[in-house]
Amino acid sequence: MGATTVTALGAKKPLWTRLPIISHYRMSAGLQRGMLVAGLVLSVVFVLAAALAPVLAPFGFAQISDADGQFPTQAAPGGKFIWGTTVGGFDVFSRTLWGAQTALLVIIIAVIASIFLGVFLGLVSGYLGGWLDRILVVLADAIYAFPSLLLAIVMSIVITGGQSDLWGGILAAAISITVVFIPQYFRVIRAETVRLKAEPFVESAKVVGASTWRIMFKHVFRNATRTLPLIFTLNASEALLTLAGLGFLGFGIEPTKAAEWGYDLNRALSDATSGIWWTGVFPGAAIVLTVLGLTLVGESMNDLADPRLRMRRKSRRRGGKATA
Amino acid sequence: MNAHRKDVIGRADGTVLEIRDLEVTFTTDAGQVPAVRGVGFDVAAGEVVAVVGESGSGKSVTARTILGLLAETAVARGAVVLKGNNMLTLGARELRAVRGDDVAMVFQEPSTALNPVYTVGWQIAEGIRAHGKVSRKEAKARAIEVLRKVGIPEPEKRVNHYPHQFSGGQKQRVIIAAALALNPALIVADEPTTALDVTVQAEILELLREVRDDFNTGIVLITHNMGVVADLADRVVVMYQGKIVESAPSSELFAAPREDYTKALLAAVPHLGRNSASAGMVSRSGQEKEVLVQATNLNITYPGRLGSPSFTAVDDVSLQICAGEVYGLVGESGSGKTTIGRAIAGLNKVSGGSLKVLGHEMLGFKERSFKKVRQDIGFVFQDPAASFNPQLSIGECVAEPLIVHRSLDARAARKRVDELLEAVQLPAAFAARFPHELSGGQRQRASLARALALDPKLLIADEPTSALDVSVQAKVLELFKELQAELGFAALFISHDLAVVDMLSTWVGVLYRGKLVEEGIGNQVMGDPQHPYTRRLIASLPVPDPVEQAIRREAFLKAV
Repeated sequence: MGATTVTALGAKKPLWTRLPIISHYRMSAGLQRGMLVAGLVLSVVFVLAAALAPVLAPFGFAQISDADGQFPTQAAPGGKFIWGTTVGGFDVFSRTLWGAQTALLVIIIAVIASIFLGVFLGLVSGYLGGWLDRILVVLADAIYAFPSLLLAIVMSIVITGGQSDLWGGILAAAISITVVFIPQYFRVIRAETVRLKAEPFVESAKVVGASTWRIMFKHVFRNATRTLPLIFTLNASEALLTLAGLGFLGFGIEPTKAAEWGYDLNRALSDATSGIWWTGVFPGAAIVLTVLGLTLVGESMNDLADPRLRMRRKSRRRGGKATA
Repeated sequence: MNAHRKDVIGRADGTVLEIRDLEVTFTTDAGQVPAVRGVGFDVAAGEVVAVVGESGSGKSVTARTILGLLAETAVARGAVVLKGNNMLTLGARELRAVRGDDVAMVFQEPSTALNPVYTVGWQIAEGIRAHGKVSRKEAKARAIEVLRKVGIPEPEKRVNHYPHQFSGGQKQRVIIAAALALNPALIVADEPTTALDVTVQAEILELLREVRDDFNTGIVLITHNMGVVADLADRVVVMYQGKIVESAPSSELFAAPREDYTKALLAAVPHLGRNSASAGMVSRSGQEKEVLVQATNLNITYPGRLGSPSFTAVDDVSLQICAGEVYGLVGESGSGKTTIGRAIAGLNKVSGGSLKVLGHEMLGFKERSFKKVRQDIGFVFQDPAASFNPQLSIGECVAEPLIVHRSLDARAARKRVDELLEAVQLPAAFAARFPHELSGGQRQRASLARALALDPKLLIADEPTSALDVSVQAKVLELFKELQAELGFAALFISHDLAVVDMLSTWVGVLYRGKLVEEGIGNQVMGDPQHPYTRRLIASLPVPDPVEQAIRREAFLKAV
């Protein structure tokens, strides 16, 4: 499906128009463009919030007092604390902003770690085949059989013993997500490799006498990775959900080391029954909107990459029936 | 919906189809692309109108417009009037009523046009029952009737069979039966014989001729094969870049084409017996030279799946290719010709007998020891579009053998790449382009350049021109011939097209079901075939000349 994308764009156009998201934007139309733009806006807001948290947040993520004294607990939104404070006296607005930073770090580390290993294993397994392929496929299937959250919990206990500081927590969350994601990249790349293996251009490289490694990395790899930006965005949102799930269950990062939306939601559980809505709504909305944004980008990239699903601006038409 | 229920054997009269100023535009990523620009022609009942043209000429789009089968991204203007209905303005319901009843379509690929999970009888009956109240039993009876008409033996039994139980030619007969089931006034046949072997093609063409004569059906025949046109068409419409170049009765067009484009098109069509590479030869040349390929009782089998026996693709074949010789290997699909070519290149395993390639025994083949031999073998693949890595530029692709075997760096290879591109008549600037930016013919030239990069002793060309348009094919074949004369490499030229093989190769082998049934000097095999299969193969090949073809057809039908 990527082949047509490249064909349509041509190579003479400047490089920036061929970059993943920009090229997708340029060929989108109608509702699909709306979805892509909405997703992009949400994602950009998320990234900006993460990057500018130290500037934007009025307080630190673990700050419970300032020059004026202790922060009030469970204060309603307004005044100094625009989104209110939590039962522990944290400022909700600040913690939500800092939480974006933690989330972004985990997503980046998890996706990068799983992408390298997953792609490499998929390539080797798909191209060489044989017993290695069979073993790796069975392993990947076995990992799939576990609920991903359960696996992530086990991994985080193994790595940190449950509770940890900022980097320990982030790494634990990222690595546990990595374990769940490697099979996904593995499968996608393996399937592509198996398909590409039968393509005449791979056979022509064989006839030329190119070595197996050369064929694998020069010819197969570059053609097999076209779908990666798409899985990347879809997995990013799943990584975020897993992180929040871990935090919610108490396997995340300690509140004094970093802000984390899942943990905040967990603390807001008891507030909900007593009518204190602000402690839960803001981190919850942050999770929902970030996941929605990333998913929208991923889904519209998926649709746009496939010429059969892609909508096009209609030409001047006379009598719509003629187009049926 | 449609009250007029025609008798199955009723005959239509008058003009059935009128196309006026048809314009079709596609909306693509690159903007508006006009596919058909102001096309107009008529089809009378009982007339076969052939629409010919190269790929991209808009012939298929025109055909699909007749059935209202355009993609969502297309917009059509003008008029396509079928028995008084303008197909461009009909709604979905009315279109359904017209399709099948007034117009039916025969597709190119019979194996994918039938649904594999239903019996053919069910599929034919489905069309009948969709148009008017017909009981299941009655529909089946009519399905049997049309199957008998298209020449399927034992239709009472065959009606309950599934598509995979029919051969390719029989499947196409079933599709024609389904098209005939409602006795439409017009049948649109889009490349109906392109996917079939020549001997089967001759039978299907005969069937279409009978359909026209017996039911007085108008037929729009879309094809790129001028031989098929000469065989079947009453009138020919030549299309080029979405426009009609010339429209004339078949006999007139072939005898005296008016437009330059038509003349060039007809001149490019290979004609069996003309321009033979072995003209005037009486004995096999070059026998004293080094033997490059020596196959002795070669056997190649594909292992069967669990429980099914293995399939023998090549059975007891012995052949020999000497240095500087062009060996032409012809055969229909499944004859094992490609398997032999691939085995010589080390892409298929040999399972029995002996195959010596440049002194290297291929039985019990090891990639490691064969690798050195590879630099003396060039390979040209059938599909030029797929045989290049889409991520690499043409220059990088052509340089690949140099980098692998001579371990040259990119700059040193560059000089040789420029020479090679010049040799295949491509501008050196094409080195920077990507495969998708080249046309099919240009890509096949580049493919030839890559195959010749290391001055191989042996070149294997597996159907190198069958994916190309006729005019492009003529130029690529010309180039191949020139290069072969200049560089003197030996070649194994594999093709299903006898005329093409005869143009290039001096020594020809005919394969039939894995066996080499006949071998000899090109003009002798073509002119005086000995084996009955070769005789049938040559007799069934339509030549692009209606008068000559009519005589050949008579002879073929008499022989069968």
